[in-house]
Amino acid sequence: MVPVLALLAGAVLGLFLDPTVPVALQPYLPIAVVAALDAVFGGIRAKLDGVFDDKQFVVSFVGNVLIAALIVYLGDQLGVGAQLSTGVVVVLGVRIFGNAAAIRRRLFRA
Amino acid sequence: MANGSMSRVTRVVPSAGPLLGWLRSRRLASLILLALLGFTLAVEFKSLGTDEDLSAARLEDLVRIQSDLEAREQRLRREIAELEESQRQLATGAQRHAAALEEATRQADELGILAGTLPARGPGLSLTFIAGGTPIGSATILDAVQELRGAGAEAMQISGRGGASVRIVASTYFLGGDDGGLVVDGHVLGAPYTIMVIGDPTTMRTALSIPGGVVESVQGDGGNVIVEEREVVDVTALREPPELEHARPVS
Repeated sequence: MVPVLALLAGAVLGLFLDPTVPVALQPYLPIAVVAALDAVFGGIRAKLDGVFDDKQFVVSFVGNVLIAALIVYLGDQLGVGAQLSTGVVVVLGVRIFGNAAAIRRRLFRA
Repeated sequence: MANGSMSRVTRVVPSAGPLLGWLRSRRLASLILLALLGFTLAVEFKSLGTDEDLSAARLEDLVRIQSDLEAREQRLRREIAELEESQRQLATGAQRHAAALEEATRQADELGILAGTLPARGPGLSLTFIAGGTPIGSATILDAVQELRGAGAEAMQISGRGGASVRIVASTYFLGGDDGGLVVDGHVLGAPYTIMVIGDPTTMRTALSIPGGVVESVQGDGGNVIVEEREVVDVTALREPPELEHARPVS
């Protein structure tokens, strides 16, 4: 419950403060968000499996975000930023779907 | 694994405060990260919403949008050029209008002075006719007026003792009235008469004083004409412009 509240609080803050994304961060933020979503879904699955660990969540969250940003940065430097971003999103999307399927199985036994 | 960590926490808590704080801070860190995620999501949603989704548009769409914008730019540039051209035309037209208006105003002023519908001011003469033995006749006044016209008089008015001033224009007539008076354009004037005339003073004075001229003939009758040169003569009497019934301008 508390994590959901934290998420909502952040969203409300973002809506009300309405900051502009710095230009330097603009290419990385969407990928970072997808990577963070992957970590969150992994965390939910672990919670349902009873193996959730805060340290692991924090490390995977930060690590996912950093690696995603690093890949986009490398792709930009190599001139294949768009393709690499697509690849990262696909891979993370597959992982998110896998986690979502596991969560669904846990919740609905189906 | 979670159970294990939980039991470790319950085991360690009483003895080690810092460890609990550390664990709590790890819990807090994950919450902060989640809040950050929500924050970022909201910001991204808003920024994409306000960015007209250009960054999410496909290449073909972007190309189309760009060509649309270029076509629009060209159209607007053409429009600017056309508007500038018409502005230039209007400006020159306005200049021509202003010049024409100025010319027309000048002409109207001149004609107004000639026709006696506008008051005039300028250097000129003041003539006072003082009768001697015989009254000053209308012929004498007419002679004087003709002489003044010949000498380049531009505006004249005549006033007498009993009546108002009368503007002398091309169609002005002079009649001898009853008991030696003078009728000018229907106004009855009594002697002495004063003519105010605008023109070159020297020329007009010379024209009046030639041998056998107006001054001499009046003096021959025992009267006198007092000719004063003035820097400023005001011809203020006005004449109603005649209503033209038959004549129409040809243009």
